[in-house]
Amino acid sequence: MALSSSSFLSTPSLSNSKSTISFASSVSPAPIPSLRRVVFRPASSHRRAMTVRSKIREIFMPALSSTMTEGKIVSWLKTEGEKLAKGQSVVVVESDKADMDVETFYDGYLAAIVVGEGETAPVGAAIGLLAETEAEIEEAKSKAASKSSSAPPVVPSPPPATSSPAPAISQPAPVAAVSDGPRKTVATPYAKKLAKQHKVDIGSIAGTGPFGRITASDVEAAAGIAPSVSQPPPPPPPAAAAAAPTATVKAAATSSPPLLPDSSVVPFTAMQSAVSKNMIESLSVPTFRVGYPVNTDALDALYEKVKPKGVTMTALLAKAAGMALAQHPVVNASCKDGKSFSYNSNINIAVAVAINGGLITPVLQDADKLDLYLLSQKWKELVGKARSKQLQPHEYNSGTFTLSNLGMFGVDRFDAILPPGQGAIMAVGASKPTVVADKDGFFSVKNKMLVNVTADHRIVYGADLAAFLQTFAKIVENPDSLTL
Amino acid sequence: MQSAFSLSFSQSSLTPPNRPLCSSNAAPRNLRFCGLRREAFGFSPSKQLTSCRFQIKSRRIEVSAAASGNGAPSKKSFDYDLVIIGAGVGGHGAALHAVEKGLKTAIIEGDVVGGTCVNRGCVPSKALLAVSGRMRELQNEHHMKSFGLQVSAAGYDRQGVADHASNLATKIRNNLTNSMKALGVDILTGFGSVLGPQKVKYGKDNVITAKDIIIATGSVPFVPKGIEVDGKTVITSDHALKLESVPDWIAIVGSGYIGLEFSDVYTALGSEVTFIEALDQLMPGFDPEISKLAQRVLINPRKIDYHTGVFASKITPAKDGRPVMIELIDAKTKEHKDTLEVDAALIATGRAPFTNGLGLENINVATQRGFIPVDERMRVIDGNGKLVPNLYCIGDANGKLMLAHAASAQGISVVEQVTGRDHVLNHLSIPAACFTHPEISMVGLTEPQAREKAEKEGFKVSIAKTSFKANTKALAENEGEGLAKMIYRPDNGEILGVHIFGLHAADLIHEASNAIALGTRIQDIKLAVHAHPTLSEVVDELFKAAKVESPASTTPQSVKAAV
Repeated sequence: MALSSSSFLSTPSLSNSKSTISFASSVSPAPIPSLRRVVFRPASSHRRAMTVRSKIREIFMPALSSTMTEGKIVSWLKTEGEKLAKGQSVVVVESDKADMDVETFYDGYLAAIVVGEGETAPVGAAIGLLAETEAEIEEAKSKAASKSSSAPPVVPSPPPATSSPAPAISQPAPVAAVSDGPRKTVATPYAKKLAKQHKVDIGSIAGTGPFGRITASDVEAAAGIAPSVSQPPPPPPPAAAAAAPTATVKAAATSSPPLLPDSSVVPFTAMQSAVSKNMIESLSVPTFRVGYPVNTDALDALYEKVKPKGVTMTALLAKAAGMALAQHPVVNASCKDGKSFSYNSNINIAVAVAINGGLITPVLQDADKLDLYLLSQKWKELVGKARSKQLQPHEYNSGTFTLSNLGMFGVDRFDAILPPGQGAIMAVGASKPTVVADKDGFFSVKNKMLVNVTADHRIVYGADLAAFLQTFAKIVENPDSLTL
Repeated sequence: MQSAFSLSFSQSSLTPPNRPLCSSNAAPRNLRFCGLRREAFGFSPSKQLTSCRFQIKSRRIEVSAAASGNGAPSKKSFDYDLVIIGAGVGGHGAALHAVEKGLKTAIIEGDVVGGTCVNRGCVPSKALLAVSGRMRELQNEHHMKSFGLQVSAAGYDRQGVADHASNLATKIRNNLTNSMKALGVDILTGFGSVLGPQKVKYGKDNVITAKDIIIATGSVPFVPKGIEVDGKTVITSDHALKLESVPDWIAIVGSGYIGLEFSDVYTALGSEVTFIEALDQLMPGFDPEISKLAQRVLINPRKIDYHTGVFASKITPAKDGRPVMIELIDAKTKEHKDTLEVDAALIATGRAPFTNGLGLENINVATQRGFIPVDERMRVIDGNGKLVPNLYCIGDANGKLMLAHAASAQGISVVEQVTGRDHVLNHLSIPAACFTHPEISMVGLTEPQAREKAEKEGFKVSIAKTSFKANTKALAENEGEGLAKMIYRPDNGEILGVHIFGLHAADLIHEASNAIALGTRIQDIKLAVHAHPTLSEVVDELFKAAKVESPASTTPQSVKAAV
């Protein structure tokens, strides 16, 4: 029982009726603040030039508890320029324990907000400026500007309690110009929030939403930021992506055709995003394809024999590919920068697996060296991890060669896209009984499987690939070596 | 005040009826069996029922319409001991308690059993809120990451969500119906009205007499004038609970419980929301400190904006290629302030009593803004300020506290009275909750109310507060946002009010509401033990943080005060 542990989490003593904290201004020699009422006494103005007689006070991040080292501004309750009366709550600060209102100890004007909402500041740092008179607001603002050259940007304060509607700007909306006469700007709640956050003048944005209203994506476009993850634009069409694979999201988004009515936009999952990125990248690699028919009668016979021992067809094919790659290291090489290439010391066969809602390539490391049974065992483990999304990065991104098998669906041949960073990928079709004529003119029926390898032509040439496939076919057609 | 609260019903409350006339020679178990048999086999009294047969026969002569037996009327001159008009949660609670007390009871329902709460209120809204809570969690990447969880983009199927809500309503409605049938409450179908003293009409022309009558006809959504509800783009909570669409942008008129709960649902499902509130601040009715914090958590970070201090004077549904148009006028000066164009508008401006056509003129009762005037014992007051004998009104129809569980409590209180035990319900002990994420709950007075009362009556008020940030369980759930606040008398330790905003606040309030109902004082309850680590320690901390001058009583029971 960990009953005693609760004593570590002492509650801040908020039991007094007044839970607000007062600040005054200026620096104080770090007093141990009482929790009940934090009052920062102003130091005399010797820190400022004597000629400056202005009464601009700094508002500091108060220490709300003995353990607090920094605080987060939850919200500013006053806006810049607003008049403050002594005792009024000005800002809400979140400490390590609780949120508390901080009230002013002086009358004056909130001249500038130095630390915006949602930002944190260490205890004692200036978070805002308080001007004594209205005339000093400007001066305080320039002070704040110089102060915050490295500090976080000034963020406008939250909407006042009596929120006024969006500024009605009577300029004709550029998009909705079809309507009669000038229209007022209509912006959705989130668009307004974003505009405030990114300091975009909402009146200057052309709304593209329903009825010409300004939506969040309009503001994001105007602010030049990538749309938020929760509402991505429809995925760019492949054609556009192919033409400009490095195009920014923004450009791609603007080039995408409008959605048909009633269609729904489904944001990419993390996995889909990763696949998408890789696929776009693959377009920068010059590839070519070579196909080869392989007789699988012997392999099928072997498979029947070893199946009870837990050996899968995937493991057999991976082992065969691994052994063939060992003899043709160039096919296992990779070219990353287009200027040089590297021979990989290990033969790691990545195998494409469709899992719920995606595609992942668990890697059988050292496929040429491990024996068939260990390989099968390893494979089962990887598939289990893949299904439960437990794969570690090195278990899916360390492949040097990829195997993709669609034979179980009856696909007789297909070609695969070469994953970036690898030399070649093998696409395996179904093994089917095929009538073949031998050199003596005798017909027979053999099980034939078409494999098709896509390779990076910068490093792998046609003859290399053909030789590799020949070796692979030999291994598969005489599979006894697989079990050694 | 609105009735967006939930009650749950289980079959476990089927206490065997205790019927005075049979009790001498038949065990309660037999009687219950009797009720079940009659339901299964219609009117043929079986041999086992010898001891009761005479009664049943005699009743059959008197009441041809009665479908089953749940007791015999105490006086032969009446068909029933108690007739309840309206089978909502209030009527249901009263009926169950009446049967337990041995009253022969009938309940009249003109629509569907369950009333607003079960069919168009708290129950289906809880289903939608359960979905919104999960969506919110799954969409919050930061929250998931802090658990070390990876979730790919969460999505939802609108129809699936809507089905969950309607399935839940159906299930609860069946539970309710079955619990009354099993006890043998006569469910009479048709609109009920009062014909005269102790006389009720239901359906076309069925007339029954009863010793006592309870009106429990509830309420309907209130739609201010100028607002045209089309059920598609301008809707009330009745339509919204069917979730026939999820608009991109919806204006919610009213920021009380109903409005807040729907803002939680809609924003979780991807809508943007604009609140329109007539008062100067959002969430009126909550303790100011709670509503301030709630605004910080439930409004400001979400895709919500708001207009306060304005009325929606005119709302036109979307038609002819135009969006929904909302005219806003200043609540005080009545001057035009703005026109909003949105995709939909939800009218959540409260609820109006459903008391039309009840035949109140027959007994000289005048409603006040539709509400039926009652005294503290729910006895109906007529136009001359006199009590109408044998007539009671509970629930939303009397407007005292428009909450499902308050109606039920009022109904039970009435049954207590008509069975000879005087009872006055302490409304200050009735908790209320708003099922946003996180939840808000409260019982008793708000701080300003308490301070006003203290000034008038000359006592001191103190406040204790605790934060969810200091609670182990809340932190384990990564839900440290929240506050619990207790308003109490430091001199004698009386709890005046408790307000909670935080994870599972609705479940946490009952320790406080029970303490208020039973008159338990802080100095005693603070010695009670809470399991660690649980959220209930938030309330425990609250009690422990209070500084009470009186010492703990030697036995907790001895401090029981009159409620």
